[in-house]
Parts: sequence; structure tokens; C-alpha cells
Amino acid sequence: MNYKPIDWADERLGIAKFSRKSLNKIFPDHWSFMLGEIAMYSFFVLLGTGVFLTLFFVPSSADTIYHGSYAPLDGHVVSQAYASTLNLSFNVRAGLVMRQMHHWAANVFVAAIVVHLLRIFFTGAFRKPREINWLVGSLLLMMAILEGFLGYSLPDDLISGTGIRIAYSITLSIPVVGSYLASFLFGGQFPGNSIIPRFYTIHILLIPALMAGLLGAHLAIMWHQKHTQYKGKGRTENNVVGVAMWPAYALQAGGFFFLTAAVLAALGGLVQINPIWMYGQYIPYKVSYAVQPDWYMGWLDGALRLFPSWEITGFGHMIPTIFFPAVLLPGVTFGLLMAWPWIERWFTKDYEVHNLLDNPRDNAWRTSIGVGVMAFYMVLFFASSTDVLANAFSVSLNFVLWAFRVLIFVIPPVAAYVAYKVAREASSAPTVGKPRKAMVVFRSTEGEYSSEESGPRREVDLKFSALHGNEPKPLPEEAKLHGIEADGGVTQENSALIGSSVAAAKPQEIEERPGEGSGKYPVSRGTPGAGGGLFSPHNRKMPRRRKDSEEEK
Amino acid sequence: MSSSTPEFDELDQESLVRTSERRFENVVGISFALSLLATIGLGVVYWQGGQTQVEGALLFVTLGGLGFGIVAWGKYLVPQGPYVQDREELKSPASEREVFIESFERGSNLIERRSFLAKLLGVSVAAFGVITLFPFIRSLGPQPKKMLYVTNWKKGSALVRSDGTKVRASDLEIGGILTVFPEGHAGGAISQTVLIRPSFQDIVTKPGRESWGPQGYLAYSKVCTHAGCPVGLYQELTQQLLCPCHQSLFDVMTGANPVFGPAPRPLPQLPLEIDSQGYLRAQAGYDEPIGPGFWERA
Repeated sequence: MNYKPIDWADERLGIAKFSRKSLNKIFPDHWSFMLGEIAMYSFFVLLGTGVFLTLFFVPSSADTIYHGSYAPLDGHVVSQAYASTLNLSFNVRAGLVMRQMHHWAANVFVAAIVVHLLRIFFTGAFRKPREINWLVGSLLLMMAILEGFLGYSLPDDLISGTGIRIAYSITLSIPVVGSYLASFLFGGQFPGNSIIPRFYTIHILLIPALMAGLLGAHLAIMWHQKHTQYKGKGRTENNVVGVAMWPAYALQAGGFFFLTAAVLAALGGLVQINPIWMYGQYIPYKVSYAVQPDWYMGWLDGALRLFPSWEITGFGHMIPTIFFPAVLLPGVTFGLLMAWPWIERWFTKDYEVHNLLDNPRDNAWRTSIGVGVMAFYMVLFFASSTDVLANAFSVSLNFVLWAFRVLIFVIPPVAAYVAYKVAREASSAPTVGKPRKAMVVFRSTEGEYSSEESGPRREVDLKFSALHGNEPKPLPEEAKLHGIEADGGVTQENSALIGSSVAAAKPQEIEERPGEGSGKYPVSRGTPGAGGGLFSPHNRKMPRRRKDSEEEK
Repeated sequence: MSSSTPEFDELDQESLVRTSERRFENVVGISFALSLLATIGLGVVYWQGGQTQVEGALLFVTLGGLGFGIVAWGKYLVPQGPYVQDREELKSPASEREVFIESFERGSNLIERRSFLAKLLGVSVAAFGVITLFPFIRSLGPQPKKMLYVTNWKKGSALVRSDGTKVRASDLEIGGILTVFPEGHAGGAISQTVLIRPSFQDIVTKPGRESWGPQGYLAYSKVCTHAGCPVGLYQELTQQLLCPCHQSLFDVMTGANPVFGPAPRPLPQLPLEIDSQGYLRAQAGYDEPIGPGFWERA
């Protein structure tokens, strides 16, 4: 390997110290830790496809006559925003794929953030010291929702235009400042000509820049504080157990970006979304039936439908009815969301640092509150389809509306109660009745079967490596830095150059490694457990490997 | 843990590792090769003019092949540990904190010693901050003033269709509906009005509105009093107007009172008259603000 670039950079920036730590950083491994990654990768896809779209989109509500390959609208007077969206969909190569990928990625982005948030909530990952990242994440969620709304408003089609009209009315409903705010935000009375250029600037510049900054902070804080981990063998509050950043985590996470992008590409290419040519241009006096916004606005739309027609007037002023479901409800929602770490602490009086995650069943109160709140927003979400449901089930709109007005009060407490009971019973199950120990059956490589009694059920770590007694241990390089003689006596001298330690492990050291050959390795793993794999001396005996080491000698 | 001899184990294990590694090497290789093929295909499709579905499918294989291969490489061909690393305590040692506070106070004392200058600086920066905010707020739009109270309807405004043609009293069949605007403002979002000619005798006129509906014509603001959507759906059978956004229902026959859903107020009614040439005109503008509520509205 050529060390010159490393020397060059290290002499100027001193990168080795930081990079060494980064390369050897340990990341706990669990599928639920990938939810945030899905969100981040969707964000990257949004940035990429979004830049492409800006090259063709014209953010103007000025009239133009459409002449493009979409025949039914040929010759119609439409806005430039609408016409340019049609053009980039039909007349720009790969334009429609990009546009649909962008829209799908936005939906997946918000969904991934929400599920990621639920994971953080139910496992108690927001507890000290991670309250700041909880706040940053909540801000990111709010911005993602706003950004999504602004984005789907830009094409100036009939459905999104109706959405903007509702947004204008909601702004108007804010007490004291509402009419000023609406006038300033929309550049006068609705609809005006300022909305699309303004939304465009906010959508492509202001919010993405803020989000990129917040995402950077989110990651930096996570990096600095180190990731949480689930309880398990060898895992304590004071350590991190998992895979090394380089190369395992880097490969897994990097590859996962491509997998996320692949799914978004498949959706963008194969599943139609927001076909604005079927809705038509936004015309203020036209409206279409069964108007539903993107999914993440559904709870607000549902709240607007369910909230009764109460309007408060007095002292020459009015608090319009939509203030309650469309301003107060989101305000309370995000306020409580952001305050949650402190609310919970107020009850638990828990000021400890937590790096081990809760199993949701072990914290029945939190789990039941979470499920109840989730149920509340789910009911609101489904309430945004009252008209569709009434049609689908051939019942009256009146019935559906009143059913939802009842369900919004019934379902959340019931869901919370059920969640509480289930959590309590699941949590106590291993200690109820006669404690049973699991028998773990092994098949040795000779084909011989044997069984071992495992510990109590709660302590069983289902990972093979853990079952086989492979205690987590430090990376060889890290061990050396701490003066521990790993891998049979590699000298401190050799560890000076990170990366050369593999070459430093001499073939004759194989015999000195005890405890590696239990013969019970699962075939599918491919690597012989802790400290093994390509770094282990066994692998160095393989033909192609031996060639490498001979060269290095 | 094992009863077999170490030598046997070692050999056996090595061959097992080798076979399994080979298998995963094949999987990774096939993934990358598929990805490469799909990329070439993508290039060809793009060159040929592009096709949305094929592009999406090929992009899926391209990206998916890369992703699957890289993840498989990272999961099955490199060591997974588990490795352990200590968490350093986030909290600084007490001595560091003390030195930090001392350093900070050493500096801040130097500033606070010239307290007048410091205050003046604070005031200057704050004033500048407030001043720079002004264009970002005030320049954005006009003050609302009477904007929310008036529409383009005036005394004598002729009713026109969206294409600007005037509406005659004989134009609408009984049971007909039309979206109308004040002459000169066809298509206006605020003045949009729905003109209906329901069956004559059932109308329950509100007090003071006896003369507003000549020949059974009724005109209501089309802007929903709930969230401002156009009240676009007319159910002739029940004589009701439905807002498709949040399903508010207004009863046309009783002055567009809200009878269902979240709308809080009736749709404002436009007083109509028929001029000597048979054209429909407004007797006056709306006598109340149209659309959803706002703070200043009593």
C-alpha cells in the first residue's frame, strides 16, 4: 500500500488521530437502527433528484399556452409552473422518473423519520444524554412535513392549489396576527402571483439548507455520544458492542444507501404518483372530489374534518373554527413531542445517563402512552378519508363522520390499555410459573449432536457468536494502542502505522491462538467469530491470502 | 466445549470458511455484474429516447445490484466481531470545568469592566437586528386593512361566466347551477359565486332577503366558510351544496345554512336583480366578509 497520501495529509492536518478513531469506531448492529439511515438516504435522493428538477421547473404563475406532447392539454392556457412540470414529465428524458422518484422519496423520507422517531421513543433512546438530538430530530420532522407540503404545492395543479388555499385559511385563523401573517406570507390576498416563486425559494433553498445543517448536527451528536445499544451479552452502559466502522459498517451502510435508492427508483419508475395532468391546472373556482393530501398531512386533514363547527366570537374578535384543529393541535403535538424527555423525567425522576435501550415491554407506561398517542393520530389519519370510506362501504357521510368523532375518544384509551396489559404480561412472562431454561442443540462439524442448557430465557442472546462464548473484544489495533498484547505479541512498534497490523501478524502465531477452534461455527456466518475473519491467521493460510503476505514480506 | 481434536477442527473450519466465503464472493460478483449490465441497458434505453417504466426497473437493478453486493460484502466477507469499545464519559473532569469557567470569566470580566461600551454595543446590534427584520416582514405584502371584507361585487355588477359572458335570467333551467363572477373579474378567487335556480316554492327566505332572489335565482359565495375551498358540488335532489375538502354541507333552500360537517357559518348571499334587458345583476356587494373566519371579524 502507498502511504504517501496518508503521510501528506497527516503532516498538514494530523488526520491519523481522528481517522484512526473513526475507522475503528464500533457501531451496534440492529435492524431498527437502519430506520434513521433510510430517512437520511431518502434525503440524499431528494437532494439529487431535486437538483435535476430545478433545471427544468419554472417557478412562475404567469400564464402561458401549453404546447407539449401531452395532447389533451395542448393549446390550453396554464401557468408556467404547471406547463414546465408537464414538460419535465413528458419532454425531458428520464424527467418523469426523476420527478416521481422525488415525490416517492419525500413520502418515504417522512415515513422513515416517523418510524425512526417511534423506535427512539419506545426504546427510551431519548433519555439523558440524548435530549438534544431528540429536539434536533423533532425539528427535522417538522421541517420535513413543511418541506413536503411546499414541494407538492409547486406544480400548481388543482389538488395542490386547493391545499394552498386551505393553508392560507389556516394562516388567517391565527389569533391577533393571522390576517397580517397571511397577507405577508402570500404577498396579499389569495391567490396572487407570489405563492409559487416564494414557495420555490423556501422549498429549494431555505428549508433544505436548514435541514442539511440540522442533519449534520444530528449525526455529529450521535457520533460524539456513540450509538445506544440493546441489552445483551457483554453489553453495558459503559461500552459499545458491534461491528467496526471500517470496513464492515462502512460497507453495510454504504450499500444500504444504494438499496434505499433502488427501491425509490423502482417506485419512481413503476408506480405512478401525483399525475398532475389528470388533475389539471389549479383554477380557484374549481375543485375535484376525494381530495386527499400526501399521507403525512392526513392527520391534519382528518382533524379539520372531525372538529365541530365551533367558532368563538366576543369583544369584537373571532377565533375561527380551524384554529383549533389546524394550529392548536399541531402546536400542542410538536410541543409535547419536543418536551417529552423532560415530561418523562418529571415523572420518573431519572437523571441517570442511559446508553442501554429499554425493551418496550419492560416500560409498560411509556409503551402504553406511545401506543395511545399513535392510535389518536391513526384515527385522525383515517378520518381524512371520510368521503372515500363512505363511498367504499356505502354508508352515509353523516354516519362515518360521527363514527370517527366517537372513535377518536374511544380507540386511543383502549389501545393504550391493551398495550399496557400486553407489555406487562410480556415483561413478566419469563418469571411467571416454573422457570424454564432453553436447550440449545449444537451440531458439530463431524455431525455429532449435543445440547447445552442456556441461561434464563431473558439472557439468551440469539446470535450464534454470543452462544458460542465469543465474548466481545476490542479490535486488534485498538487493543495494541492500549498496550494490550493482542494476537500473540505484536509489538508497540508495529502498531504505530495503523493498517499495517494485519501484515504484522505472522503465520506462526496461529498455534498460539487458543479458543478459536470450537468447531461449532455456523456456516452462514462465513467468519469465525470474534477477532476472526480476514484478520484471523486462519484466513491467512488461504492461497490468495498467502500470496499477499509473501509479497509483503 | 468440543471433544474433537484441535487439528481436525482447524482444518475443517478452514474449509468451511473457504466454501462459504466462495459462495458469498459469487453472490457479490453476480450482483455487481447484474448492476453493470443494467447500467449498460439504462444507457441504451436513454440513448433510444427513454421509457419511464424501463428506466425505473433498470435503475432498480443497477442500484439494487450495487447495494446488495456491497451489503453482502460487508456482512459476510469481513469480520463482524462483535467488537467492544469503551464509552468515554461525556462529562468533563471537574478540573477542566473549573478551568473553563475561569477562562471564560477572565475574558468576560475584561468586557464587563467597560460596561457602558458593552451596553452600547448590545443596543446597537439589537437595533440593527430589528431594522433588518423589517424588510423581511413588512415588504412581503400589503397590510390586510379592508382586504378581507370586500370582494369585487358592487351595486349593479353584472353576473358573468368564467369566460366573461353575461348571464341572462333565462339562461338557467330550473335545477341548474353556474359559477359566476362580477363583470370584469371573471375567474376571480374571492368573488366566485355560485348561482342556483332551485325549485321556486320551497325557498325559505331569511328575513330582509325577500327581494334577493328574483325568479327563484339564488347566489351564494362559493368560498367555504370553513377552510376556503370552493363549495363545488351541488346535490340537486337534496338541494345541498357540498364542499369536497372537508364535507361541509350547506342547505341551499334555507339561506345556505351549514347542516353537516365542520363549517361554522352560512355561505354569504349575494342580492340579485334582473335589469331591463334580462341580465342578472347584483343589487349590492356581499354584506359580510366571505370565506373562513379571522381575528378581526366580529
